[in-house]
Amino acid sequence: MHIIENGNAAAALGVKLCRASVIAAYPITPQTPLTEKLSEYVERGDMKAEYIPVESEHSALAVCIAASSAGARVFTATSANGLLYMHEQVQWASGARLPIVMCVVNRAVGAPWNIWNDQQDSISQRDTGWIQIYCADHQQIIDTVIKAYWIAEKVSIPIMVCYDGYILSHTFMPFDLPEQEKVDAFLPPFKPEYALSPEEPANLNTVTLPDVRLDVRGELAHSYMEIRYLLQEDLRSTLAVAADAEKRFAKIFGRSGDPYIESYRCDDADHVAVGLGSLTYQLRVSVDALRKEGIKVGVMGIRFYRPFPDEAIANALKGKKTVIVFEKALSYGYEGALTSDLKSALYEHLAGTVTLPSVQNFIVGIGGREIRTDDLTQMFRAATKGRVSREPTWIGLKL
Amino acid sequence: MQVKTTILSLPTEEFVHPGTRACTGCGLAIAYRVGLKALGKDTMLVVPPSCLTVLQGLFPVASTALSGAAERGDNFIYFCYDNEGYMNTGAQRSGTTPIGAITANTPFKGKLQQKKDVPAIMAAHKLSYVAACSAAYPLDLFDKIKNCMHLPGTKYFHIHIPCPPGWGYDPRYGIKIGRLAVETGYYDLYEIVNGEFKLTAASEKLVEKRKLVPVQEYFRTQSRFRLLTDAQIADIQQKIDEKWAGYYNKDE
Repeated sequence: MHIIENGNAAAALGVKLCRASVIAAYPITPQTPLTEKLSEYVERGDMKAEYIPVESEHSALAVCIAASSAGARVFTATSANGLLYMHEQVQWASGARLPIVMCVVNRAVGAPWNIWNDQQDSISQRDTGWIQIYCADHQQIIDTVIKAYWIAEKVSIPIMVCYDGYILSHTFMPFDLPEQEKVDAFLPPFKPEYALSPEEPANLNTVTLPDVRLDVRGELAHSYMEIRYLLQEDLRSTLAVAADAEKRFAKIFGRSGDPYIESYRCDDADHVAVGLGSLTYQLRVSVDALRKEGIKVGVMGIRFYRPFPDEAIANALKGKKTVIVFEKALSYGYEGALTSDLKSALYEHLAGTVTLPSVQNFIVGIGGREIRTDDLTQMFRAATKGRVSREPTWIGLKL
Repeated sequence: MQVKTTILSLPTEEFVHPGTRACTGCGLAIAYRVGLKALGKDTMLVVPPSCLTVLQGLFPVASTALSGAAERGDNFIYFCYDNEGYMNTGAQRSGTTPIGAITANTPFKGKLQQKKDVPAIMAAHKLSYVAACSAAYPLDLFDKIKNCMHLPGTKYFHIHIPCPPGWGYDPRYGIKIGRLAVETGYYDLYEIVNGEFKLTAASEKLVEKRKLVPVQEYFRTQSRFRLLTDAQIADIQQKIDEKWAGYYNKDE
């Protein structure tokens, strides 16, 4: 059934269809309507879940960590400084290997205060051991939430489902609302490998020493380094799990795509724009315009950002002349984090085999600065003709 | 009236096994051992980074979270063990360090500020149960846990825990010092059941006796108080006397 709703509602509907049983959240713009919707479902009895209105984002994730440890399917959502306030628990959730799903409704971080969209919040959490998936429209939001639970529970790693504040969260778009029976078929009830229970008393995440030691059973137990290594190993193998999820999803829902990247007119393109989220759909308009001028361009949206699908990306960009990365975030002091990641993937997989594409970085839409399609097109065109600047170029800057 | 537990009627089953990471003479081991006897087998413990696990469990790191949970009425018992400092990181000042105490980061002047009255803050949440206990009175702690287990929502326990390295005394004197804190009227044992305040155990008896041990006796057992001047001690004594005058008045 197709419905017309905003992006936050799409996320809330996804969480409801996944039968999350514990939701804890603290309101922050532009996430608020999403969690309000969930509280509505719970209070009306449309959703059999406990909604815990905590006093901070730190507690929101702490509640999710506790409930997930006890075997519940949990959900939370946040934005910007809320995510930053959560940060300590963000690291904990992945270290504790809990399959939490969290929506990050992307917003600029303070200071100075700014409530509008960019992606500095989730990008700043890149190295926390979470899986990060970026959505470009409402269908992707609801579908990604559903896939996220399946993937997270398969690999015991938490997932951030990221989508742009306002541009997606507060705009209305038609999308297919999956049927409950199909979601149930796709996503079986959560059966954790380990769950806290009074019947089987256990210590969870106690102090680990620098080296391994014998546990109470006399067996050599993993220590911190082994536990962290396994997180990395499992994150890397999550790429294969994501492909399985995509296949399984396609079989049940009849919709599918590349699990990692979403390419538009890239096959014969010489110059490819790369980005995360809704920006890549806006860039399609620029691609169409430049194609009319005879410039062979395409755009690639990266859906899976962590784990980074480096091989898939490098293969897709093999033989291209220019890679132009448009980012709504920055690794301050250097360049866009995605740009660095892309360069690393290209070097790793293509160096010595083909001429490496030139990589250019544009910074756009910081703090909700309007991204004019004409500006994108103009910079895109310029970048196809040669390097615009050694440093990242800020589009729309008014100094 | 409920029968008070004695050392003879205390359950013999042990839940705390030898080999905790507590220091020699730590009051926490007593509270932990007796507290778990009262809570029984069907208990889930959540222990934040603290002396036993490796406290800044509550002050100030987790006080917002505790306040939030208490306000929502989540059903659990919160035990705050008050060793009056950040002791597992090497005895720095905390919100509950008393005025005048020398700590690792107030080395020359001692703490300049008052101790934060955390049980009063928790009582302001209108909880069904708030108790102030001491490791030196484990049976009082035991009975209070039993008293509150049937009550709804969040229950808060504040437990005064003498800390040999943090307070500066020979580990064998922990109980004696914990008792002196109560006998001097410096730290009071009480419970607040559905808003009703009542002194308990030794503190209750002090109301009958109308006689407090001078607080100086307490201070001179611990090296952390060695900077306190006579004038400061007189000032603290006066505050204690005023507090107890209030208790005596209520009693009349």
